[in-house]
Amino acid sequence: MSLRLVGSLGRSALESGIAIVLGLTVGALLMLAFGYNPIRAYVALFAGAFGTSSGILESLAFATPLMATAITFAVGVRASLFNIGAEGQMYLGAIGATIIGGTVFLPPGVHLVAATACGMIFGALWALPAAILKIWRGVHEVVSTIMLNWIAFWFATFLVRTYLGDPERAERAIPAMATARYQVIGETLTTVIVAVLLFCIITTIVLWRTGIGFELRLVGDNPDAAKYAGVSISRAILVSFLVGGLAAGLAGASQVLGRPPSWTLYATLGNILNLGFDGIGVALIGRNHPIGGVAASIFYGGLLNGGRYMEYNVGVSSELVMAINGIIVIALAIPEILTIVRRRRQR
Amino acid sequence: MSRKRRLHWYVLGIFIIVFIVVVISQVGFSLSQLVETGILAMTPLALAAVGECLNEQAGTVNVGIEGIFLITAVSGVYWAEVFNSGLYGLLLGSLTGGLIGLVLGLTCIYGKADQVIAGMGLNIMGLGLNPFLLLAIWALPGIHIFSRDLMIQPAQLGTESGHFDISPVTIAAIIVAVLAYLLLNRTLLGTRIRAAGENPIALDVAGVSVARVRLLMCIVGGVLAGLGGAFMPLGWFGGVTKDISAGRGFIALAAVVFAGLDPLLALAAAFIFGFSEGLAFTVVVAPGVKEIVPFYFVQMIPYVVTLLILTAAIGGKRFPRALGKPYVRE
Repeated sequence: MSLRLVGSLGRSALESGIAIVLGLTVGALLMLAFGYNPIRAYVALFAGAFGTSSGILESLAFATPLMATAITFAVGVRASLFNIGAEGQMYLGAIGATIIGGTVFLPPGVHLVAATACGMIFGALWALPAAILKIWRGVHEVVSTIMLNWIAFWFATFLVRTYLGDPERAERAIPAMATARYQVIGETLTTVIVAVLLFCIITTIVLWRTGIGFELRLVGDNPDAAKYAGVSISRAILVSFLVGGLAAGLAGASQVLGRPPSWTLYATLGNILNLGFDGIGVALIGRNHPIGGVAASIFYGGLLNGGRYMEYNVGVSSELVMAINGIIVIALAIPEILTIVRRRRQR
Repeated sequence: MSRKRRLHWYVLGIFIIVFIVVVISQVGFSLSQLVETGILAMTPLALAAVGECLNEQAGTVNVGIEGIFLITAVSGVYWAEVFNSGLYGLLLGSLTGGLIGLVLGLTCIYGKADQVIAGMGLNIMGLGLNPFLLLAIWALPGIHIFSRDLMIQPAQLGTESGHFDISPVTIAAIIVAVLAYLLLNRTLLGTRIRAAGENPIALDVAGVSVARVRLLMCIVGGVLAGLGGAFMPLGWFGGVTKDISAGRGFIALAAVVFAGLDPLLALAAAFIFGFSEGLAFTVVVAPGVKEIVPFYFVQMIPYVVTLLILTAAIGGKRFPRALGKPYVRE
């Protein structure tokens, strides 16, 4: 049993590795096509991300929200849902954290917990419409979650520009108060990473050690068997969306309460934009497992962090990293990528 | 839901549009501007939705339309500048879309990839590739405005007192929808396309390659989405930006679902969704309204309308039985 587990783990890791190599190769070809030096770019990227201790701390700070948004997608896939609403749920999470963290006075400790919880609840509430539409009307979650993402984008922008705006600086929301901030570990990494890791562990326990987790996975693995066993599919869908919403809300809150130097949300949402979409690729690299997602987040957080050095040193847009992520996702969509590669090698 | 009941929704939708038009003309907004913007917004949605109808009828889903929009918007402008012609921009933008459709089709049909995940990968790739290309080609982050001469000039209809502009691409989109309908329902290839989606085994037994039919439709879907993507800057906005498609690829998907894969109904759905966007644009600039309703809420209109219509009208529609499943010969 344990040997088989190790075998399948190794296979999963190998498949992710192949997809990553493929993504980086296509990225290099793109850079060559537009006259950049890919070797210099990647050296700048990886040296910046993992070459120094401060680089590693910064990469972990980039990884923290991705660990949470990866759960949103992973928990969806486990219940055979394609929940790509982490983006919008994360915006609302950041708003929830700003409301409590920036405008309400509470004692230290309580303030931090309340602001984090409020962010998570806001995220879950924003996941609710998609869940209800799916259960009640069968509206496909790919379309409904994207529409909700855009509505959330304009709603969050509206709030930051009006009621939650920083009176001193128009371009951002009220920063979280000192009592609502996670402690800085080093660079922009804060203890919010502990909260996120805790959430990952709890999600793993819920998915693999509880009845509702079993039902959720059964609905994903074999809906016919689930129906036959009397499992409520609606309930599994609802739980999956709510856990995903809590995770995405936590991701948004983590960027307000646990990310110096701004400790707030910009009106363009520029400091949290795309963290939800990045989570999709991270979840897939982590094979839709919360713990695998942590490992994948550290890798992808490194890419995001190092991408800035790549842009600064070589002039390549740091957003190439997202294109590479897309290619990795496409590669991971192919179920037999390992077999295909092996066959090629034997030939 | 039968076709008849679906028709009720369209009647209701058109009734609502007429109502809005009457209200708006009473309040004194520019009506022609509303309709002009509406059909401009309809065009990329209709092109992509009709292409996706064909694609899905043959059995493959492409949820990566947004990604195709993002990439072909840049590619269209790039080639338009290279050849100094908006028309070439449209053509090569469509070609880029076709190429992407081909690669995605190969991945899904021969690689047996999960179609939704692969399509989402394409979307993520587009989100990254678009700003990468903007910076790589024009050395400008996030936005590029090109020469007005490259814009596709609209045709003017009507009298000199109240003329009405319509882009030739819009006319092309309407023709394409009709042609797609005829292709599906009146030709041998159409029968084969529907068989590839409905009963691929039968098609295979009849000696027709399921993979080839599907791949062809992937390319067609990509070409049409690519034309829509290139149209956005070249026929509408006059510039290409980082977030140029702003969820339109998914609104096109909603139109496809709403239409139950019928190209003509997809055209109608694209009109309704496009009209809601035209409404948003009109209301944003209308005096008297922008003081009361914040701009941010007006911006939500297209997405809210899409959600509402999808919620109201979905259910009971039949999709091809083999949709989304790779065909494996037994």
